[in-house]
Amino acid sequence: MQTATETMLNIKINGKELQAKQGETILDVAKRNNIHIPTLCYHDDLCLSGICRVCAVDVEGQRLLQTACNTPVIPEMVVNTNSQRVRKARKMILELLLSEHVGECTTCKRNLNCELQELASLYGIEEVRFKKPEEKRFPIEENSPIVRDNDKCILCRRCVRVCEEIQEVEAITPVGRGKETSIGCLYDLTLDETVCVFCGQCINRCPTGALTEKDATKDVWRAIEDPAKHVVVQTAPAIRAALAEEFDVPPGERVTGKMTAALKMLGFDTVFDTDFTADLTIIEEGTELLTRLKKALVDKSDVSIPMFTSCSPGWINYIEHHYPDLLSNLSTCKSPQQMFGALIKTYYAQKKGLDPDSIVSVSVMPCTAKKYEADRPEMTDSGYKDVDYVLTTRELARMIKQAGLDLMEIEDAEFDAPMGISTGAGVIFGATGGVMEAAIRTAYELVTGREVPFENLDIKPVRGMDGIRAASVTITDPSPEWSFLDGAEVKVAVAHTLSNARKLMDEVREGKSPYHFIEVMACPGGCLGGGGQPIPTAPDIRKKRAQAIYTEDDCLALRKSHENPAVKQLYEEFLGEPNGHKSHELLHTHYTEKSNW
Amino acid sequence: MQRSRLLSPICEYTELLNRAFSYQPQAIVELIKDSGLRGRGGAGFPTGLKWDFTAKAEGKKKYVICNADEGEPGTFKDRVLLLESTDKLIQGMTIAGYAVGSNYGIIYLRAEYKWMLNDLMNKTDEMKNRGYLGKNILGKDFDFDIEFRLNAGAYVCGEETALIESLEGKRGEARNKPPYPAQEGYLGYPTVINNVETFCNVPYIICHGAEEFKKFGTDKSCGTKLFSISGDCEAPGVYELDLGSKVQDMLDLVGSRNTKAVQIGGAGGATASEKDFDKPICYEGYPPGGSIMIFNKSRNMVHVLRNFMEFFEEESCGQCTPCREGTKRLTDAVIRIDRGEKLNDEEMKTLLELAEVMKITSKCGLGQTAANPFVYIYENFREDF
Amino acid sequence: MKTFEIDRDVMEIAGRYQKAKEYLLPILQELVGKKGYLTEKIIRDVAKEMNISPNEVYGVATFYSFIKTKPTGKYVIRICQTIGCDLAGKDELIKALEKELRVKCSGTTDDMMFTLEKTNCIGMCDQGPAMLINDEVYARMDSKKAVELVKEYKAKENS
Repeated sequence: MQTATETMLNIKINGKELQAKQGETILDVAKRNNIHIPTLCYHDDLCLSGICRVCAVDVEGQRLLQTACNTPVIPEMVVNTNSQRVRKARKMILELLLSEHVGECTTCKRNLNCELQELASLYGIEEVRFKKPEEKRFPIEENSPIVRDNDKCILCRRCVRVCEEIQEVEAITPVGRGKETSIGCLYDLTLDETVCVFCGQCINRCPTGALTEKDATKDVWRAIEDPAKHVVVQTAPAIRAALAEEFDVPPGERVTGKMTAALKMLGFDTVFDTDFTADLTIIEEGTELLTRLKKALVDKSDVSIPMFTSCSPGWINYIEHHYPDLLSNLSTCKSPQQMFGALIKTYYAQKKGLDPDSIVSVSVMPCTAKKYEADRPEMTDSGYKDVDYVLTTRELARMIKQAGLDLMEIEDAEFDAPMGISTGAGVIFGATGGVMEAAIRTAYELVTGREVPFENLDIKPVRGMDGIRAASVTITDPSPEWSFLDGAEVKVAVAHTLSNARKLMDEVREGKSPYHFIEVMACPGGCLGGGGQPIPTAPDIRKKRAQAIYTEDDCLALRKSHENPAVKQLYEEFLGEPNGHKSHELLHTHYTEKSNW
Repeated sequence: MQRSRLLSPICEYTELLNRAFSYQPQAIVELIKDSGLRGRGGAGFPTGLKWDFTAKAEGKKKYVICNADEGEPGTFKDRVLLLESTDKLIQGMTIAGYAVGSNYGIIYLRAEYKWMLNDLMNKTDEMKNRGYLGKNILGKDFDFDIEFRLNAGAYVCGEETALIESLEGKRGEARNKPPYPAQEGYLGYPTVINNVETFCNVPYIICHGAEEFKKFGTDKSCGTKLFSISGDCEAPGVYELDLGSKVQDMLDLVGSRNTKAVQIGGAGGATASEKDFDKPICYEGYPPGGSIMIFNKSRNMVHVLRNFMEFFEEESCGQCTPCREGTKRLTDAVIRIDRGEKLNDEEMKTLLELAEVMKITSKCGLGQTAANPFVYIYENFREDF
Repeated sequence: MKTFEIDRDVMEIAGRYQKAKEYLLPILQELVGKKGYLTEKIIRDVAKEMNISPNEVYGVATFYSFIKTKPTGKYVIRICQTIGCDLAGKDELIKALEKELRVKCSGTTDDMMFTLEKTNCIGMCDQGPAMLINDEVYARMDSKKAVELVKEYKAKENS
């Protein structure tokens, strides 16, 4: 990214005198002044690439067109974004891209939300003067949660850049040269044969339908339509903060009640809230952390500190591939999705007198890695597949649209009890730093009997969008059971995106990490920026989703996980005690090293 | 008229270097500026200015890179220079290093010339042994060493930023500019990149001065130039001629008769037909990259065009849309024409429009020039279509 | 952790270049010189040695036409296809060699001895048709000379 210093200069775009900062690009200035310049390879989250050439504009005195995305402004520059040769060039470039873009719009998941389609329509492409290939040139790869259809790829490389720059995973790369160039893996390996973590960030950056999630809607419809099945759905906290975007509502609108109502109208028998098991996670994970600290500080036994959160399945895949030596630092807690799955077919089935075999457990997640997680062979502690189908936010939106529902016009409804009852601490799991904040709210109180010393329970240092954030809480005057923590400064850190996680992990590996507890979310912004969320994504969109999530927390009466009455009831009726025998059986898991290439 | 500034000895090695070292580095930059020497790879950027930018750029290290990735169809003059004027090249690079404050030279040689690598390395070793390269050259407080690196069969790496990417162990894809290599080049350090022939001109300027250098050529195109002349003629080979020489002069020189077309400046250059043979080859005339390919009247220019287009299609790096897709589309069309198909006016109009868009929107010189032969040959030899 | 035995040549060559990323190309070139072409295992080993992603190595390797990632003969015969050599008769040269080697252009002989392919301008336009056999250049060729030359290579191999 360019760093703009504050020296101002004057330029002219389309005859308009404009002020620009030194270091800005033509595109920056145009955007700020609501002058639309088309882009494809450009993305707010990524480094400049300048390869699609669709943003080419006329600059006075230049024989060649200049690409707006990477041409810095200079004093007295005169730009025309709409000259005849610019329009001709744009149209030609779009035609060239369309001539290589093979696939039917009408059967594409990205129909009506495709950047190429939009530009083609905007620039009036009525015919493509070059012949399209008559047959598919690439097989569709669909043996993982991420479906790749290279025939629709326009080689903008946004997927490659997000995988490389933001995640540092490098699961995909440009292969070959010239017209033979394609995006792929070495020796045509499929994604499941690489170190891909299935975070789906590539899907969110893809301008076309070349990258999509593996569809589960058909399976879910089938289950709903089967009268013998009792279909239970859980929805993750980040869904409610983004679903409305799929219905053309600007980012930041919370639709918790409408979403719940829509799920009921779709025909789900029971609608639960993953926030419930988020609260449960806090109890289990908080207890685990305190136990680890006790083992380390009092028993002086060999225990791995810092402890890492384990809610983000992309992160779990990443650490299994890249830091297998640190697997013992991971909390053994399953993610809220999987805790939920295990309880639905045990606790809930018992409570309702249902045959677990007749229950179909569906989750709605902002995430593609959740699909992988649900399919892990170890996720069957209920005796059944704990979570049968995972839908992304986008897939849920498709189902709602298929059912002919207008989300924004639906009357609000409430989650079902008991596993629809949750606290604000569960809600904030959807944002980076949320698990940490929820954990601190509970752990501090558990240890001292007092509320955390932050105004309105808002633990601001762990909030925000900086890649890595650290905080510390000093324990004073703990209850006798926790007296060993008296005066202790508990240090925590939060990272989102895997490139940031890598920085913290390298510190841990070198024995230089000062922290006791680290939260990692694989995706930028946390789950709200997950690979299953509405497209597009950008820093400001994620900020608005985060605001929605924190507002929901703020509105709730209960904001601490340990105060969730349904969770208390769960322990009383079923689990016994936190980290107890039953918990270990159903709510905890183990990790396996995966090959690092 | 044939000259022999580049292809004959200038002066003795020690004398040359001592003379260079008698100048302050910046004075050499000024001298090169004064000489009017421009890049001999084809683009023609003023060499002195390039050196000046690099000399003034801040950097812990600086690099002097010789672009010996001569890959333009019809060009082989660097082959001759590398074989026969190795010492001039080494001198030129050393002097460039001295002028811009660099101690590291790299010769980026095309893989197709690997057969000469041993000889070149022996030559640099010999120079090292004689104290002309390495530490404290001729007792001066100046170190300069030269390393050889090879391309691996990618024409686009002749583009200077693609070359740098390749040197850094990456795919040879042109970078966004700015920053230019003079500011951030190889490994992020300020870097001078010049063609083999450009460096080979430097010793002459040092020995004889800018004025003497400027005696040949035109006002804007100073000096002599090597031309690789091939195709339908009696005496193909490398000739040193004044910049500004006319096409016909060259045809006469190599014994070409019955000439139909001359491809000037490589596949992406210009195609001259008989009516243009009195035009000059220089920076203000036909592109002076140095490649002159002659086609006589028995040749079908669509066949020639097809060969050029297939070349560009294969050598496009594939990162930017107009070049990747454009070379493919033009090639497809030319193959159809070559097979005897007649394209209608509408189709030809589309292709010419495509050619123009490739020229003005491609990211690097390859894509910007790839459609040139299509346009020139269509305009000048329509009867072959 | 799955343990891989890193190829000795990879270790030696990468080590000689201090495993520096900017020397990836010479490392791959030396490996191609030594092994004829790069296998998936070699690519993975290079990546491991240099601490970069095998995808990156593969992406670089497949960019350059002289770096082979598919089975290739011990001798690669590259016939210049660019206009000078084309007009000077490269097609006859190819036909003659296809016949002599009993292999189609872009193919490799069954004994993995020769790969015959076309290449772009090799800078011998004044002496066409020209060709390369591995790193050696042969100019002013004709069908007869080319066949004899290949026979010499064969004889050298057989002796």
